[in-house]
Amino acid sequence: MSANLAVLCYLVASVCFILALKGLSHPSTARRGNVFGITGMAIAVAVTFIVVFEATGNVAGILAGIVIGGGIGTVIARRVQMTQMPELVAAMHSLVGLAAVMIAVATINNPEAMGLVNPIPTATLLELFIGTFIGAITFSGSVVAFGKLSGKMGSAPVVYAGQHWLNLALAIAMVGFGAWFFMGGGWFPFIMMTSIAFLLGVLIIIPIGGADMPVVISMLNSYSGWAAAGIGFSLNNPMLIIAGSLVGSSGAILSYIMCKAMNRSFISVILGGFGAEDGAQVAGTGQKTVKSGSAEDAAFVMGNAESVIIVPGYGLAVARAQHAVKEMAEKLREKGVSVRYAIHPVAGRMPGHMNVLLAEAEVPYDQVFEMEDINSEFGTADVALILGANDVVNPLAEEKGSPIYGMPIIEAHKARMVIVNKRSMASGYAGVDNPLFYMDKTMMVFGDAKKVIEDVGKAIE
Amino acid sequence: MVGEIDPTVVNLIVFVLAIFVGYHVVWNVTPALHTPLMSVTNAISSIILVGAMLAAAPAVYDWGGYMGIAAVLLASINVFGGFLVTRRMLEMFKKKEPKPKIEPAQSAKEAS
Repeated sequence: MSANLAVLCYLVASVCFILALKGLSHPSTARRGNVFGITGMAIAVAVTFIVVFEATGNVAGILAGIVIGGGIGTVIARRVQMTQMPELVAAMHSLVGLAAVMIAVATINNPEAMGLVNPIPTATLLELFIGTFIGAITFSGSVVAFGKLSGKMGSAPVVYAGQHWLNLALAIAMVGFGAWFFMGGGWFPFIMMTSIAFLLGVLIIIPIGGADMPVVISMLNSYSGWAAAGIGFSLNNPMLIIAGSLVGSSGAILSYIMCKAMNRSFISVILGGFGAEDGAQVAGTGQKTVKSGSAEDAAFVMGNAESVIIVPGYGLAVARAQHAVKEMAEKLREKGVSVRYAIHPVAGRMPGHMNVLLAEAEVPYDQVFEMEDINSEFGTADVALILGANDVVNPLAEEKGSPIYGMPIIEAHKARMVIVNKRSMASGYAGVDNPLFYMDKTMMVFGDAKKVIEDVGKAIE
Repeated sequence: MVGEIDPTVVNLIVFVLAIFVGYHVVWNVTPALHTPLMSVTNAISSIILVGAMLAAAPAVYDWGGYMGIAAVLLASINVFGGFLVTRRMLEMFKKKEPKPKIEPAQSAKEAS
């Protein structure tokens, strides 16, 4: 196969990848999009296989790798639970990062095998340096993110004095060794540079708290794409560059959307430690009283309502209560109550996580609304049922001077009545008290989301 | 223009244009599908498999070739895992065959 033909096939594969992303613009075309993605990948791999086969014929190792890796991937994809999606995605980002580093190492070891001249020109070494350090940061950062998301590590931010200065010093050292490497320094600066990048990946992610994880995952998603693109530059491979940039820009957009939904700047999330700094904001709580009710009370109120809007939050995902919610909603619907769901962009532990959990519980997607689309409906809703959400429904976000001013919220406080399920009165991640809980029309139902909703469901009959 | 264009320049052109395409396509993705978007881009980023395959097939094997094979294995986990888990998720977003379809039909019968 000539190089031209191979690259033309790569073009076809790239178009397939673009169509894959385009398909995700609506649930009805999304599955077709995924088929496009698989097609693109199959074309790219098949073409590369032919190229390699014609060049050296040494394909046994590749076949073994694909069969074993493919088998592992298939088993994981079948077994993983939807609540575990964030940690699965984090784990998979780390694999891309590690693979990028390994390819760079193999390239430096044997440039001719990769179609490069020996010695490798400076420009290519520079590209290898960029691909390697992004790959290394993606790998170790994703491992830490995986640890935090799967609960194998504490999710609290790890903050210490001089943190930012240490990171800055390490980054400068990394670039220094990188410069030495691409000026022709050989293995020693490369190994130093890569080790520092691995360390930096860990240090960048540990100060970021659990609730910022949607941003972290999106960011690592973006990095894994840039790592692939960087390797593509050094190998002069347009396939890697195109696919890598698509992924990189996708992750960057998701990070931006997540930051905006939390009213945080990207820089402040990356520098971390927000939750710890602002912990003392719970001023002026005083002796305000809350009305608390039982699951039966909640069932009575909702059973007699005309319309109920459910606002699921992080607490629902943690309690894995999505199936219980669906059953409860079905019972309400049977009684003629209109039930809809309002989803805040950062509900759950990764972008769109809550939508997947509700889809898993077989909630039809036309009952599920994004924040902007349903906010105007709360004024006419009888009951807003808030399940394990706090900051995203805090009306203080509309008041100037409050620490969360400007954060887009779900306007649950405009409903005629508000029922809040929480485990305790503890303030949310932002450390800000929520006046919604003290309103006259608010009833608090304390307890684990799953238990409470099951009780409500039973009481509705 | 005189002389040959450096491949790095061509790469840069491809890179910048691909970012623009990605930017515009991804903004159209519905927020409800952001998790599948992430898992499918994850699968797409394992296109790094292409690079790994080149590294895994040198004419003469040394440790670098075996490292290439290991990279092939890692990337393959991602290719299969990423696309399959995306498919699993998107199956859930399928419009359910509405059971209440029988009800309107029945009520229509009753009405007539």
